[in-house]
Parts: sequence; C-alpha cells; structure tokens
Amino acid sequence: MYKYDSYDQAMVDARVDEFRDQARRRLDGSLTEDEFKPLRLMNGLYLQLHAYMLRVAIPYGTLNSVQMTALANIADKYDRGYGHFTTRQNLQYNWIKLEDAADILADLAKVEMHAIQTSGNCIRNISSDHFAGAAHDELVDPRPYAELLRQWSSFHPEFTYLPRKFKIAVIAAEKDRAAMRLHDIGIQIVEKDGEIGAAFYVGGGMGRTPMIAPLIRDFVPLDQLITYAEACLRVYNRYGRRDNKYKARIKILVHELGKEEYKRQVEEEFAHMLEQGVEPPREELERIKPFFADPAFEDGAKSVDRSDPDFALWVDRNTHRHKHDSYVSAVISLKPVGGIPGDATGDQMRLMADLAKQYSFDELRIMHTQNVVLPHVKIADLHALWTALDAAGLGAPNMDSIEDMIACPGLDYCALANARSIPLAQRISERFDASGKTGKLGELKLKISGCINACGHHHAGHIGILGVDRKGVENYQLSLGGSEAEDVSLAKITGPGFTEDGVIEAVETVTDVYLAKREGEERFLDTYRRIGMAPFKEALYD
Amino acid sequence: MTDLGTSPDEVQFRFRDDEPADHGTVTVDACCDQTNATAVRIEPGDDARALLPFLDRLAMVEVNFPTFGDGRGYSSARILREAGYTGELRAVGDVGIDQLSHMRRCGFDAFAPDKPLNVADAERAFATWDNVYQRTTDGRKTIQELRHE
Repeated sequence: MYKYDSYDQAMVDARVDEFRDQARRRLDGSLTEDEFKPLRLMNGLYLQLHAYMLRVAIPYGTLNSVQMTALANIADKYDRGYGHFTTRQNLQYNWIKLEDAADILADLAKVEMHAIQTSGNCIRNISSDHFAGAAHDELVDPRPYAELLRQWSSFHPEFTYLPRKFKIAVIAAEKDRAAMRLHDIGIQIVEKDGEIGAAFYVGGGMGRTPMIAPLIRDFVPLDQLITYAEACLRVYNRYGRRDNKYKARIKILVHELGKEEYKRQVEEEFAHMLEQGVEPPREELERIKPFFADPAFEDGAKSVDRSDPDFALWVDRNTHRHKHDSYVSAVISLKPVGGIPGDATGDQMRLMADLAKQYSFDELRIMHTQNVVLPHVKIADLHALWTALDAAGLGAPNMDSIEDMIACPGLDYCALANARSIPLAQRISERFDASGKTGKLGELKLKISGCINACGHHHAGHIGILGVDRKGVENYQLSLGGSEAEDVSLAKITGPGFTEDGVIEAVETVTDVYLAKREGEERFLDTYRRIGMAPFKEALYD
Repeated sequence: MTDLGTSPDEVQFRFRDDEPADHGTVTVDACCDQTNATAVRIEPGDDARALLPFLDRLAMVEVNFPTFGDGRGYSSARILREAGYTGELRAVGDVGIDQLSHMRRCGFDAFAPDKPLNVADAERAFATWDNVYQRTTDGRKTIQELRHE
C-alpha cells in the first residue's frame, strides 16, 4: 500500500501544527465558535449531542496493521475504548475532548494518518472498492488513481469553500461495491480500444434529494484525469447554489442545468484547463502504482475442509473470490447479533491488526457497509483465521444478509438525527437471527437512517428505514427497492410510517411477501422489481 | 510582505512593489460599459471572465468575500491570473487568517480584511505550506514535479 514520502509527511505535520494553533486560538477565546467551526470541520471535528466527534480519514479504505493498532490505541487513550467505522470507509470517535484533538492528530500523523477534509464543504476522503487489488473481476487496481486524487484534493486552494461537501469514489470493476453512482463524482476506470481511462459520473448523492449520477463523459484519458476533475469542480464552485444549504450539492446543479448543459460547461472549462497544465506529471502515476503491486502470492489449497458447519457457513457468506485461486478476501463482520453496526473495541481493532499481519500481507480494508476486510487470505489459513475471529466476537457469518445492515449513529449520538437507528438495528438482527430467517432471505441489504440526511443510505437499501420525528414521537418510514450497486436504484416509500415496534413487524411482513413470491434464485430486490410495490403494500396496510 | 496598517478599510498585507492603486472601484457591469475604469470590484455572483477583454487597462481588481465560506472568489482570482492578469488582486471582506494561504495560492497579492488580523498569526498562515500538491498560477513547483526532477 501507499507509503508517505517526506513531502506527504510534511503536509500532514504542517496540518497538525496549524490545527494546534487554531485550537489554541479557540481555547483562548480569540476565535469564536462560529469562526472555529469551519476550521475544526476541515479537520473532521464535529460538536455532537454529548461531545466532540472526530472523524479519521482512511484513504480509499486501505490501512495496515500499524495504523489499525494506532486507531485502537487512540480509542483506548482518548475515547471510551471503541471506535465506529463509517459508510465512507472512515473511523469516528464519539467522545473526544477539544483539548486532546491536536494530540490525537499528532498520534495519527506518526502513522501516516490524519483527519483532513473528513468534514466541511471541501473534497472529502476519496473512497473506493474495498476489494480493490484483490477482486477477481477488476480491470486494474483503482487505488493508484484514488491516491492521485487524494493528493490533488488535499488542501486544494480553490476548492476549500465549495457550496457543500464533495465526495468522490473510484472503482475499476463492472460490479460496483462502492456506491459509485451515489457520489458527487463517481469515477469508473474503464478500457476503450485497448486504452485505460476514466468514465465520469457526476451529480449523484443521497441526502434529502437522492439522485443517481448521470454519465458526463465515458472516457477521460488517464493523463487528463485530474484536469477533468478540476473542470468539474470549478463549474460547481462557481455555479453551485449557495442560497440554500439543502440545494447546494452538485446533484442539484447538474439536475437544474441539465446533464447536457453541465457537461457543455465542464468541457469548455476542461479545454481551458488543459492549457493551464494542472495535470501532475505522468511519472507520478507510475511512481504510485508499485505501492499497490500484488504481494508475493503462493500457490496452496484451493478449498476448505467443510466438516465444521459453522466454519463452512462463514466461508460461504463472508469470503469473496480473489484474483489468485489460492486466496480469498475475508470479511470481518462488525455486525454481531444485537451489536452496534460498525463499532469495534480497541481490543478488537488490535486483534484485526494482528490477524492482518499474520494472514493478509499486513493489509486491511474498511467497507462502506461498516465491516473490515482482510483482502488477501490464503484459503489454507481460513480456518485458523475464523477460529481467532469467532473467539473475539468477530465471526458473525452475515455479510450482505439482513443482519449486515448499515445504520447511522442516529439520535444516540448525532445532533441532526430525528430518531434512533442503533436500537432498531439491534432488535432486527436479534429477531432475524433468533428465527433463523436470515439465511433463508439470502442477500438482503437493509439500511437505516435516523434522519433525512440519509447517512445510513436508506434510499439505497433493498429495504430502507428512515427515522423521522412526528409530533415529538419517533416514527419510521419504510422504503423498498433501492440499490447502491451496479444495478443502482432509489427505494420507494411504502406508505404511512410506523412506530419502532411497527416497523420491525413491517420488515417481517415484507420479507414474508418475498419468501412467498420469489421465483428461483431471486433476491429480495429482484422479486420486488418483478412484482412491484403493490403486493408489499397490500400486506403492510390492508 | 508589507504590513500597511490596520485600518479596516485599507490593505493590511501586500505582496507587490508597485504603488497601490488609489482609485475607487466600479462594479463588473460598470467596468464593461465604461472604458476608463482601472479598478473593479468582483462580487461572488459576478463572472470574472466578463473582465477578460479589459485586463490591459485594469490596475487593481478587488474580490469581495461577504462571508468567508463563499468560495467563488477563489475561482474568480484563478481565472484572472490564468488569463494573464498581472495587476493587483485584492481580497476584501470576511478574510480570516485561515484563508490567507489558499487565497495567496489562487493569485491574491493584497489583503484588506474587514477585521484587522494579528500580524504574527498571518505571517505564520502565509507560510503554512512548504510545498503544495496542486499546480496554480503562483509559479510554485508542485510536490509531484519536485519528485520527478
């Protein structure tokens, strides 16, 4: 994986110094909270319901054991012994003191990490396919391009005060494991006439006004990638709406201008930018690529001993096909039955770090589904790995099942939330585990948001739940038919909302409809798409 | 860097050796209509490119930041520099310590903040980055270029 050189390190160190100075000015009163807010946000520091929350960037979700261990140690030293992995492949600490924030950033900088641009109206951490560099179906490893974008977007002088936050994802497979088209810019590395280039999808997003990004350009040559991104951003910075925070994302600009007009403006700016020479030298991409070269894979066993049914189930559910036939990518579920989705304790993080070192060439990935991946595990090592995980409460065999739900922090932590998400997630996983229905349902993506900002991706859930506040009472709207994957779609609301107990019953009901109506190997989503909303509605409300 | 004083209406920091322009500014619209204006003020909603035909006669362009969070002025500044404008480019309005380094990189060479800034903090801010990742018109080599020299 990528290693900082002295330039990268100096940038991060300078940021720690800068933030220490800003925090000093806030603590001594020379900055007001209003003045300090955008500065702390640019360093991932939010003021939440009970405390400061610090969001640490994990660029394109890739980290090594030293970094994971550092995250564990920070959790123990400055927080309450745990951290929360997020849908943007980052980590959040929920109980941070302002006085400690600069010291935490300094601890992070020691292991080539930071919280730069994990919030604020700037270009956020670049996300990517969690199986990048390991998946059997990718064209190339997308991470060198993500790294190029990381550098370009770090402290970009023109794009630090955008109309609103800006999220970029990069993938390089037809299968979309990064919700690419629900990003402000989704980049797919593609091949055309033997050349590698980038397809740009611009103007997707979730939030209050979910939109699927349209294709703006099907092929940008790789030596113009940054220039094209710069043109996309400049048009947005100049013309994105600033009169209304809720209409300020680029999706609204693209929607209001129309895809063709936005594209025309971008192409015009792009032609101008090409003359400015903003593209990094081509040698830079060649310098970055070897950091992501394959580790030294060895031939070995191609199958496992399935005599232990628990182990066999975990292998079936939680491993993903690798490009080398003696390896798999192993998913460590952070969704234990009844647990808080995405949370890991310091001890668990240290264990995952050790296991990565032992079994996965020292590499870990964070998934947007709030789990952790060991990308390169020998099939021969799987049983030993599973045994260690299971003993630490990390062996839940539930990837992509209803128990593997995404849930935002909700009203338990978040200052924006209208309703709690976590208890709902806990109750649903307990219920479906206890009834044994999880397995029968197969792939079923449940996503829960505690408010319309949609951090829990409910628009993209096969089943989505949105918590709202109705006259002071938590109320939950149910939606069906969303997908964040290559078959991207936005979920539709079933009808009137439910109480907390009611929505759990409603999830039970819609899964019953699916089991009764499914044909062949259909997933929940496939059945919904075939039969439509009516049978579900009928079962829910009649 | 010259510290020219702390009156809120005046330029506090200036990175030029020529005499500061002492003309009043006109709006972008007025500048396009009247042929003798030499100083103009760009508001966030103005199109900086409307000034491109007149760059030869402009000695000073002020870019107003009514609130620091409105970043359109950064694009305006870069567009002017990219078009070859060499006169004074002045950031005015809600300009704080933490915007200085980015503004400087986008081509601003004079700063007239509404609220005078602490000079020591500002000097530190202007010097924040030893090196930079992005190519702008400030003439600095990027980190990527330095790596491959």
